[in-house]
Amino acid sequence: MPERTPSGTRDVLPDEMRELRALTERIRTVFDQAGYGEVATPALEYDRGDDGARAAYRTFDQHGNVLVLRSDMTVPIARLVGARYATVEPPLRFCYFAHSYRAVRTHRGQSRELLQAGVELIGAPAPEGTAEVLTVLCGALDAAGLTDYRIGLGDAMLYPALLDSLSVAEPARGRILAELTDGDFVGVEREIVALGLPVEETALLTRVPRLRGGAELFDGLDGRVGAAVTGLRAVYDRLADSVAARIIFDFGLLRSLGYYTGAVFQVYDPAHGEPLGSGGRYDELLGRFGRPLPAVGFALNVESVHVALMMEDRRRVG
Amino acid sequence: MSADRPLRIAVPRGALMDGTLDLLDFLGIDTAPVRANDRRLWFEEVGIITMRPSDVPIYVESGAADLGVTGKDVLMEQAEREVYELADLGFGACRMVLASEAGPDKAAEALKRLGVVRIATKYPRIATTYLEATGRQAEIVEVKGSVELAPLTGMVEAIVDLTATGTTLAENNLVIREEIALCTARLIANPVSDKLRARAIDGLLERIGGR
Repeated sequence: MPERTPSGTRDVLPDEMRELRALTERIRTVFDQAGYGEVATPALEYDRGDDGARAAYRTFDQHGNVLVLRSDMTVPIARLVGARYATVEPPLRFCYFAHSYRAVRTHRGQSRELLQAGVELIGAPAPEGTAEVLTVLCGALDAAGLTDYRIGLGDAMLYPALLDSLSVAEPARGRILAELTDGDFVGVEREIVALGLPVEETALLTRVPRLRGGAELFDGLDGRVGAAVTGLRAVYDRLADSVAARIIFDFGLLRSLGYYTGAVFQVYDPAHGEPLGSGGRYDELLGRFGRPLPAVGFALNVESVHVALMMEDRRRVG
Repeated sequence: MSADRPLRIAVPRGALMDGTLDLLDFLGIDTAPVRANDRRLWFEEVGIITMRPSDVPIYVESGAADLGVTGKDVLMEQAEREVYELADLGFGACRMVLASEAGPDKAAEALKRLGVVRIATKYPRIATTYLEATGRQAEIVEVKGSVELAPLTGMVEAIVDLTATGTTLAENNLVIREEIALCTARLIANPVSDKLRARAIDGLLERIGGR
């Protein structure tokens, strides 16, 4: 029996590596021209119990400190900014091409080791900062060679704020958000109906998380959907037409990572069954590392982008 | 752009197939080719693929199908699948139950005297979750075939299984002790398709809601 790689990891051989390298070089050129300087950080970080993606691997150093293989690059870059850029005038722009290590659900043959390409824009508030990062994201996907991709754009606080405005309290609030996170809209509706609210409010709560589409969604929106939507509109108004054309608003999008505070986005391609990457605003995270600055970033899963490229090619031929 | 191709729908073979095809007829999707040919699996001309119900979630999760119909029992058993559950279709109602041999409940006796009950099932995840949630220690025995055989031979004290009418249970001298969940057919969607094909999917959902 040949020796296996650890579960959830794999080898990359020259044919694939050549394509991955060419792909990341095209993306790197976009990041570089937009002024994002590349950084590298240690694969190991001290375990701080961060609220980012769940870590896949933990270990100890020789002094007994608990170390974790980083589960994303956002938290290490936040640490780096707090430590190494404590007095430098913002905004700061960083990019990276690095492996992250994530706990995955079993039975799905998913990778625990992901090659990510991403940027972090630190010290640039919404909406300008968000619009800049979306522009860089579309530039990277264009350079990658994808033609059919779309960006789903929502706000992590939109639906929670709507629940608050209708005085939906715990534990029902948590149950509704849990069903929404699971993508169980039958469960979402069941929990909302159980609240016994007036018909019109029940309809509003049921409808909003299913709203996705173009800028026409803003027309005739209920005022209670409120501030988060105003923020999304402001971002949209700052996008060039070519970027705006890629946007699908999604009012049901919740934060995929615990530190997101505002706009959140995901990259979709019809040639691939799951998002190619994601991002969002994290205006509170830097404060934990001593530099309270608003920030926004994204990470693309390079291997997923590579798969989508091949599938887009195949669809064109087929 | 490929958004013009018809939505591809995963249709379950077996007990849920007729209800699903009736629903698709109602939605204006031509199911005649599917009804006419029992052996073909893929009906590209009408955007239908057919498969066993337990395979529907993986085809939808991977994006090989945009939409699918399967039982809530399958979705509960495959809770890790990243699919959206869009609608309760109402048909195909079955109950997930805990059953044991008629007479004094051997499961209760085993729990009392041995501290653990042995349970045979085709749904190990549902059984494990349910027994844990109700604070009982259980040894879950996964079987693939007729689960009714397991308690009759003394291999286990109880079973967790899906039943529509309870006839098979009764014929095998088993009685329902607890009802775990009511399971109906569900419409599920691939999360990426749900965004990229929102208009088409919402159109279907609206008509389903207006039945």
